[in-house]
Amino acid sequence: MAIRIRVPGPLRRLTGGDAEVTVDGETVSAALGDLEQRYPGFHDRLYDTDGKLRQFINIYVNDADIRFSQGLETPVGERDEMSIVPAVAGG
Amino acid sequence: MPSSRDLLDDARRVISEVTPQQVAGDRSTRTLIDVRERNEFEEGHIRGAAHLSKGFIEVQVEDRVPDKSTPITLYCAGGTRSLLAARALRELGYTDVRSMSGGFSGWKQAGLDFEIPRVLSVEQKRRYSRHLLIPEVGEEGQRRLLDAKVLLIGAGGLGSPAALYLAAAGVGTIGLVDFDTVDDSNLQRQIIHTRERIGMKKTESARIAIEALNADVTVVQHNEMLNVSNAQQLFEQYDIIVNGCDNFPTRYLANDVALFARKPLVDGGIFRFEGQVTTVIPFASPCYRCRYPSPPPPDEAPSCAEAGVLGVLPGIVGILQATEVVKLIIGIGEPLTGRLLHIDALDMRFREFRVPRDPNCPVCGENPTITEPIDYEGFCMMPAGIATEAVPVGA
Repeated sequence: MAIRIRVPGPLRRLTGGDAEVTVDGETVSAALGDLEQRYPGFHDRLYDTDGKLRQFINIYVNDADIRFSQGLETPVGERDEMSIVPAVAGG
Repeated sequence: MPSSRDLLDDARRVISEVTPQQVAGDRSTRTLIDVRERNEFEEGHIRGAAHLSKGFIEVQVEDRVPDKSTPITLYCAGGTRSLLAARALRELGYTDVRSMSGGFSGWKQAGLDFEIPRVLSVEQKRRYSRHLLIPEVGEEGQRRLLDAKVLLIGAGGLGSPAALYLAAAGVGTIGLVDFDTVDDSNLQRQIIHTRERIGMKKTESARIAIEALNADVTVVQHNEMLNVSNAQQLFEQYDIIVNGCDNFPTRYLANDVALFARKPLVDGGIFRFEGQVTTVIPFASPCYRCRYPSPPPPDEAPSCAEAGVLGVLPGIVGILQATEVVKLIIGIGEPLTGRLLHIDALDMRFREFRVPRDPNCPVCGENPTITEPIDYEGFCMMPAGIATEAVPVGA
């Protein structure tokens, strides 16, 4: 199942500069796992040492934050777009 | 041919009249409209009353009060014009219209509270004419802008455009918190400052620019770093807080204190080509912590000074923040609450993400654990693994 993932600027060095990549998976967790397979380095940026998603990075499926859905087990499908949105502090 | 007395008697049969005391008692549940002429309204009126003069009420009321079941109370100077206007509204289909007997004179005689609004000068009417032409802003909206007090945290990338537009719009008091001085590397984006003012305190440089732009604005300079000991007292002096700071500790501090002080917060953040904007109405919409329960560790949170930023990006974000502020002051439109607006200048896409209130939020959740400012430097130094323990991820 092809899922589009929007990659934030700071992590685009992992995708060779691409802002959007396509991965496979039926849940957020599986899609992020496939992202790591294709573009190594994401896992350590997205997860803490306990294997939880880090709290300054939000993952949205379309416009919904997965924390308020089924977390990493939130299902994703062909037409869904995932976005990785880290907190930014600059001003 | 009926006499004016017949007309009034006729109106009294269909319209219920209420006393000023009754009107004062149900202020929160009924829409109050002053139907006198504009000049009478400007000399003083009941606080919070809308103005629609009797001569225009039939043609304008449906725009101003679209729901015909809205409870409405009308008043005039003595109780006659409002009675006739109330009958006109009944004929238009408004089902719950009352008229205040005795009018504004009776209200004042009863010793009830009223306000004398700011009257725009001839120069102000010219200066703000493009606002006055917009029905949603108008003189009332412009007066609210002139009476408003807005605190900008940071007179830098976001604060510069926000301050300039708020000043141009006539926001009467603009407070600036910044302890920094103007540096030549700021001028790539911080458009309120100039080459001549390199080395000057940023708040002073901004004051010069704002006063050159609009003499109606009072600039209050707070040449200090926002911190735990001054934030609450600073916020309490203002109506709205605009966050244009450049670091996580201040961002969490501003969020928490805005909640404690019950002040709306318009938050903006930038990184290279990306910006984020959202508006927080304390305890009514999600706060910064609902969105990001804890900050990244310092080594993963580079500032603009370390990572760089596209110069025009803070312009986009700061102006969006100013737009939110103007709307909040005037009380129009739909604020950017419960939504994160994400801007990517590289592909020029604006995305919107829904952010719900987090029932586990330590500040605005159901069982808050943070009820006064904490050690924000310490909080932001924590490794993310520890910080994430506070709030569970996922359902």
